[in-house]
Amino acid sequence: MMGGLLSSEWTKIRSVRSTVWSLLAFVIVAIGFSTLVAAVVSNNWDKPGPHPNQITLHTNPTALIFGAGFGIGQLALCVLGVIVITSEYSTGAIRSSLLAVPRRIPMLAAKAVVFAVLDLVASAITVFAVFFISTSILSSHISITLSQPGVTRATIGGILYLTVLGLFSLAIGGLIRHTAGAIATVIALVLVVPPLIGLIPGTIANHVHGYLPTTAGVLIGQTAQQPADVLSPWQGFGVFCLWTVVLLGVCGYLLVRRDA
Amino acid sequence: MLWPVAEAPGLIEARELTKRYGDKVAVDHLTFTVEPGRVTGFLGPNGAGKSTTMRLICGLDRPNSGTATIGGLAYAQLSKPLDTVGALLEARSVHPGRSARNHLLYLAQTQGIPPKRVDEVLDLVGLKDVARKRAGGFSLGMNQRLGIAAAMLGDPRVLLLDEPGNGLDPEGIRWVRNFMKTLAAEGRTVFVSSHLMSEMAVTADHLVVIGKGALIAESSTEEFIERSSERSVLVRTPDQARLRELVIDEGGAVKQDEDGAMIVTGLPAPRIGELAAGASLVLHELTPRLPSLEEAFMELTAGSVEYGETKAS
Repeated sequence: MMGGLLSSEWTKIRSVRSTVWSLLAFVIVAIGFSTLVAAVVSNNWDKPGPHPNQITLHTNPTALIFGAGFGIGQLALCVLGVIVITSEYSTGAIRSSLLAVPRRIPMLAAKAVVFAVLDLVASAITVFAVFFISTSILSSHISITLSQPGVTRATIGGILYLTVLGLFSLAIGGLIRHTAGAIATVIALVLVVPPLIGLIPGTIANHVHGYLPTTAGVLIGQTAQQPADVLSPWQGFGVFCLWTVVLLGVCGYLLVRRDA
Repeated sequence: MLWPVAEAPGLIEARELTKRYGDKVAVDHLTFTVEPGRVTGFLGPNGAGKSTTMRLICGLDRPNSGTATIGGLAYAQLSKPLDTVGALLEARSVHPGRSARNHLLYLAQTQGIPPKRVDEVLDLVGLKDVARKRAGGFSLGMNQRLGIAAAMLGDPRVLLLDEPGNGLDPEGIRWVRNFMKTLAAEGRTVFVSSHLMSEMAVTADHLVVIGKGALIAESSTEEFIERSSERSVLVRTPDQARLRELVIDEGGAVKQDEDGAMIVTGLPAPRIGELAAGASLVLHELTPRLPSLEEAFMELTAGSVEYGETKAS
């Protein structure tokens, strides 16, 4: 039964163009931006003046390498995560789907699994590509390898973050059910809310900021814990996973309770 | 019992089914039965709650109270629902970016229906040539055919069709009508909603009529028409004025037809004949008339029409 649901969800996701476009946008933006930033940093390496980027490359190289491209590129995965579920509502396909699978939780589970695997594969390819392209551009100035402490964990962590981010978006999409509203909400949670809360001074605001889904989640992509971080990389990732699991749970509960 | 087993396969039963959306009662303690082996028409004015009832039967919406079962089981209890029930609810239930074939394929995969069956149903509804075209480019009629194809995927014994003729050309409507009759003749349950009374008169063997969400009538189509109180007699006579007086004296009522004939209500044809004979009046025609299904329907649902309700039900 679950096998059928998985192949069904795979057919759904591969048979619409939005999947291909979102993934292409993700790969192109992430690799393009990372390459651009690495090239600019490399070009300016020996010019006079302060070089905060060079300091970051020594203390926390993956933060710079991944931060550039995935900061923007991740939004394509957010959009895909949302529309994987909201497009069923906006097009009415949800009715067809639920007639075939009246037990709604297994359908949601199959959808989440299929999308997570797709997200994981796309993220793994892109994260490793970004890592090797950026480090080879910078290799004449600094050697960054997977064998250095924290780098492998941060690289794998980047892939895990992008995978969970997709599921986080899917959950928001399932809660809100409208494409535009859900995309706006996810982008606000990922890009807008964290810097706003970060502006508020004080330790309480600092802790709230640290426990926000994506501010906690991105910590796993850092090579080493920074002094200002409230959480360690794995703690941060755990907090992000917890947010996502809770939201998926509420999403599943409402999916069963609400009229389709 | 490990798995609930259907005791009366093919029987659709609604018991005290009630659904409210906010303050508005869409379905009001609706109880009816739909039996296999015949086409059962589900009639009601727009906004009467037909589509909502269909959604409740299929488990898309949750009733506030009451139950709807298919073969004794709630829809959600069916292990492979498409093998038991085929439903065409709204034609726009397809992702416009997905091809017809992929739409049917993903539905088939949920129940382990082989892909070969997808091609069969596409052929059945005449969409073979556009199977790999995106559904967004389909006409309403083609979407309707795709919906029927989806309903037929599991070769189900129960079919729920909500306004299947919508958007179809006359040929398509005839096709659907014959299709439903064939399915019923094979012993399947066919439950079809329509606001087209004329269509139901030639398609349905049995009727469930609702208005404002409540049951108005449940009977065979013939009975439904006959039971209507508005039976009348068409009378042609050269001496209308005399006969009119006699009829009115006897307690009948007289209306004028468009082409000048008298329409008498409240008196049976033999009594009118006797009155005419008693007064030595010549009669050219004396014909008892059954009301059309349309008239019977309008009479029964008068007062239960939701004025201002524009949403197709």
